[in-house]
Amino acid sequence: MKTDDLVTMLATGADSVPPNQAAHRYAAAIAWGALGAALLMITLLGPRPDLPAAVLLPMFWVKIVFVGSFAAASLLTALRLSRPGLSLAGIPGALGAPVLAIWLLAVIVLARAEPAQRATLFFGDTWNSCPFLIALLSAPVFVAIVWAMKGLAPTRLRLAGTAAGLLAGAVGTLMYSIHCPEMDAPFIAFWYLLGMLIPTAVGALLGPRLLRW
Amino acid sequence: MQRMQETGRLNAGEERLRNLLLLGLAGDEPAYHAFLQELSAHLRAFLRKRLARLPDEVEDLVQESLLAIHNQRHTYDAGQPLTAWIHAIAKYKLVDLLRRRARRDLLTDPLDDESAFSSASDTEAADARRDLGKLLEQLPERQRLPIVHMKLEGLSVAETAKLTGMSESAVKVGVHRGLKALAAIIRGDA
Repeated sequence: MKTDDLVTMLATGADSVPPNQAAHRYAAAIAWGALGAALLMITLLGPRPDLPAAVLLPMFWVKIVFVGSFAAASLLTALRLSRPGLSLAGIPGALGAPVLAIWLLAVIVLARAEPAQRATLFFGDTWNSCPFLIALLSAPVFVAIVWAMKGLAPTRLRLAGTAAGLLAGAVGTLMYSIHCPEMDAPFIAFWYLLGMLIPTAVGALLGPRLLRW
Repeated sequence: MQRMQETGRLNAGEERLRNLLLLGLAGDEPAYHAFLQELSAHLRAFLRKRLARLPDEVEDLVQESLLAIHNQRHTYDAGQPLTAWIHAIAKYKLVDLLRRRARRDLLTDPLDDESAFSSASDTEAADARRDLGKLLEQLPERQRLPIVHMKLEGLSVAETAKLTGMSESAVKVGVHRGLKALAAIIRGDA
């Protein structure tokens, strides 16, 4: 087939294309992924028993705002990397700001605490399960985000896979924080982040294979 | 992460080309045809420069990029420079081709592969070595028939549906999936 014939073939009967498909796909993927993560959280872990009292504490909302703003920055990153030729300007700052903020808070909390208490602030009661449970809750979100990306056109597959993992990790963590009893910034700043980095590493590893088109 | 921003090579032409694409995305078929026509010349120049050592591959890659751009046309963001979008797709397909070749050369004797006596002019299309028409025959009926009737014979969705006994939505899905499957066959996935 000659190139001119291919051009004619592609143009013939080409329908109009609905706008904003990236936004629609991501909205659907996050909704389904978050639903999956919520179901996993409710059936396997259950919300923390003192949830009604916890939502009145500022630290609960610090947690939510940290994870939420990290999720928003990862969503922006994933949206940019899902389409060809978009710039990543501003992305490192958007991802770094919430992390730096929680680290700063963690340092302040640790500095002002009694030396004997510092280990408890850092390890809490659940450090050995927290990152893995976050990774578990991220799994359905990861599948949904990869589906969204595959319907678009990422050209930098490893970076795109990484962004998919970050976003999945952040949404999974948002659900996990409804179960998680930990309320100290040093714990959040390390173990939550570590949990989110597990799906991120998986995404970086699998991106080139999963997202090729 | 350094972003490779190629600043508009199309420049004056870019705005016109972009308008043609936007009209095409809104359903204007002649505008979309004109867009693809100009795009293929642009892609040929762009890829010929980057595939100087593999001139025989240029036209195949022009066709593969055209198909990719058509299949992914819903990913163009109207606020973004058209050249950045086109070049990102063409480069992606170029890298993919080089990777495929590298993998193939590991398996076959590279000496058998050397057939570089072609002289291509910059203005006209050389013949593609791969025949997309033949690849089309590999598609399953539910994808091949809608493409043959709608895209090659120019029948409407309704006429194609009547002719094949498929529903109108199955016809549309068949065209869409068929063109994606064609791209998959080219890159050796299917």
